[in-house]
Amino acid sequence: MIYLDHAATTPMRPGVLEDMGPFLVGEFGNPSGVHEVSRRAKNALEEARERIAAVLGARPMEIVFTSGGTESDNLALKGAVYNNTARSGLVTVATEHDAVLETAYFLRRQGHEVSLVGVDGSGMVSPEDLVAAITEQTAVVSVMTANSETGVLADVAQLASAVKEQHPQVLFHTDAVQAFNSEDVATGHMDMISLAGHKLGGPKGSGLLYVREGLHLEPVLHGGGHELGRRSGTQNIAGAVGMATAMELAVADRERFRMVVAAIRDDFEKRALAGIDGAVVNGEEAVRTPQHLNLRVPGVRNQVLLMRLDQAGVAASAGSACQSGAAKVSHVLESMGLTPEQARETVRFSFGWDSTPEDGSTAAEILVDLVGELL
Amino acid sequence: MRALVAMSGGVDSSVAAAIMKEQGHQVVGVTLKLWSGPNGEAPTAGCCTLSDAEDARRVAATLDIPYYVLDYTEEFEGGVVDRFVAEYATGRTPNPCIECNRTVKFDRLLRSLDGFDCEVLVTGHHARNVEVDGNWRLMRGTDRAKDQSYVLSMLGQAELSRTRLPVGEMTKDAVREIARSLDLRTANKPESMDICFVGQRDYRSFLRGHAPEAFTPGPMVDTAGVEVGSHDGIAGFTVGQRRGLGVAVGEPRYVVEIQPSTSTVVIGRRRDLRVDSVEIVDLTSVEGVPLRGRVAAQYRAHGDPVGATLSDGMLSFDEPQEGVAPGQTIAFYEGDVVLGGGIIATTDRSPV
Repeated sequence: MIYLDHAATTPMRPGVLEDMGPFLVGEFGNPSGVHEVSRRAKNALEEARERIAAVLGARPMEIVFTSGGTESDNLALKGAVYNNTARSGLVTVATEHDAVLETAYFLRRQGHEVSLVGVDGSGMVSPEDLVAAITEQTAVVSVMTANSETGVLADVAQLASAVKEQHPQVLFHTDAVQAFNSEDVATGHMDMISLAGHKLGGPKGSGLLYVREGLHLEPVLHGGGHELGRRSGTQNIAGAVGMATAMELAVADRERFRMVVAAIRDDFEKRALAGIDGAVVNGEEAVRTPQHLNLRVPGVRNQVLLMRLDQAGVAASAGSACQSGAAKVSHVLESMGLTPEQARETVRFSFGWDSTPEDGSTAAEILVDLVGELL
Repeated sequence: MRALVAMSGGVDSSVAAAIMKEQGHQVVGVTLKLWSGPNGEAPTAGCCTLSDAEDARRVAATLDIPYYVLDYTEEFEGGVVDRFVAEYATGRTPNPCIECNRTVKFDRLLRSLDGFDCEVLVTGHHARNVEVDGNWRLMRGTDRAKDQSYVLSMLGQAELSRTRLPVGEMTKDAVREIARSLDLRTANKPESMDICFVGQRDYRSFLRGHAPEAFTPGPMVDTAGVEVGSHDGIAGFTVGQRRGLGVAVGEPRYVVEIQPSTSTVVIGRRRDLRVDSVEIVDLTSVEGVPLRGRVAAQYRAHGDPVGATLSDGMLSFDEPQEGVAPGQTIAFYEGDVVLGGGIIATTDRSPV
């Protein structure tokens, strides 16, 4: 099987499991206790927090461990909206991940002011549009760093500074889940950053929200007051340790990743465009991550192509799928101006740290052959 | 043979997949996602968690066959749900499961078989599909009580030749026995009786949400045309309905006719329901030859066939029938063999 679905999840990087091992077997302590067993667990948790803080250029207490990207997004948005009595609105972008959009819809149903800003045909949101959507109600603005379907990168530093320049009291959050492998995720103007361990070579069930020091969030999970009251629940220590290791490895590997993975993706893309009549790369005009390729194959419905790719040993995705695994019409592509029919012709290939040049060339050959058969 | 099995998550299609695998075919299981609930800002992401698909997925895993969920929501909404709503709004009695067979499973899905690299479509219907001298013949299922040939009566040679119905030869008990012996988690699953997109709600509340315009108040009249009351929309009524008429007059009253042009509901006595003959549209024939002459006609999924004569799109019953309404599917048989089917366009009531 050639795995080209790294945007869905990644295999763990070598060394991660080894670092997690002691906290899955043996070191089982609850970090909140008063005894030696607990202290060892607590030390491991705080060491992981310090390592992650160092990677992000943050202070350790600015890192809140969560269960993953979805929880981090929920905490960022609900936490900011519920915490602010004077301002309780949200501005975000039409192409965000469901973890942000469904949270936004939920908040709207609760009576909060929610605006979704549109994007241009390449998937980019303009600073002017974003700032124009802010009202005196707005508590928080959320813009993802890299789009999960297209890999289109937003210049979140520029967007955040545009927002802060005119509305210094408005918080800025970014979901950087899809960006961390290849992009420098910097705290800079960010008030909050969501990351997920399993997208960057770490374990599933691990995640974090960076929360700028001094910023108070209403928790989503109430309970024993873990994570300085910001996220109750006994911490996933093995997950935190694994995520810390994976982040360090990802940062150390970033230069290579940008070169090598981009070369594999570009080669695949070139072969696909040359071999498939009318094939289109969605988001081609924008700056994209080196790992995403959102490819439209006119005349071939993605659920057919994905099944055939699977049977031929290539794992890819529609980019937008529901829990059952059924492809659905992508809200991202519709926001970029594609028709539902065009969105249904789109397949996402996403490369990762373990992809090889042979993976790319073999998969491209299989893709071109299959499309030739289907058209 | 490469076989695409439409797995609903019920026991029949689970066993259909098991039998095909057992026979040595290359089997791919699929569940069709047909309905995602209303658009808008309901928790849309949750609507695609289909518990039935989870059952089918587990069965496929037990059988060690590849499994996919396919999105047919657009085809289903246009071909089945909109039509269901439109039919009720014009006073007819549709069967959405038959429409789904006609427009989604045995049309769109069947036509995609090549794309999925499969030769035949397999379903768990209780009906038999056998080849006799190069002709495909559709017959009632062996388990007469579970026979589903009625809902397949619109199929012709093109569809039947690419369809396999492996549980048609079995009793339901035997199907469950196989499922239990293979430890399939659907073995003891009860049968679903709901219209899938309506769920356990009353279909009228579904219609009220989807076609509010079909709830225009109108008069309720007796068979002589005398107004005896009013109603809040014809979509709330179906021919033969006895309850909820809001009239209290000694002898039981039934809806005997719905006149959509004037939003009128006609009520009458039981004898007023009797129909002598019906006009048939969308007439199809399994063998592809025009149907005429003596047939055994069945106008309900689990009714008994009645003697009738078919001629030029008109069907005359030997005996007047009470349960007949425009919009219903009618299937024609000769013994256990399905000859074809059609949809009732209009009914002619017996002069009383």
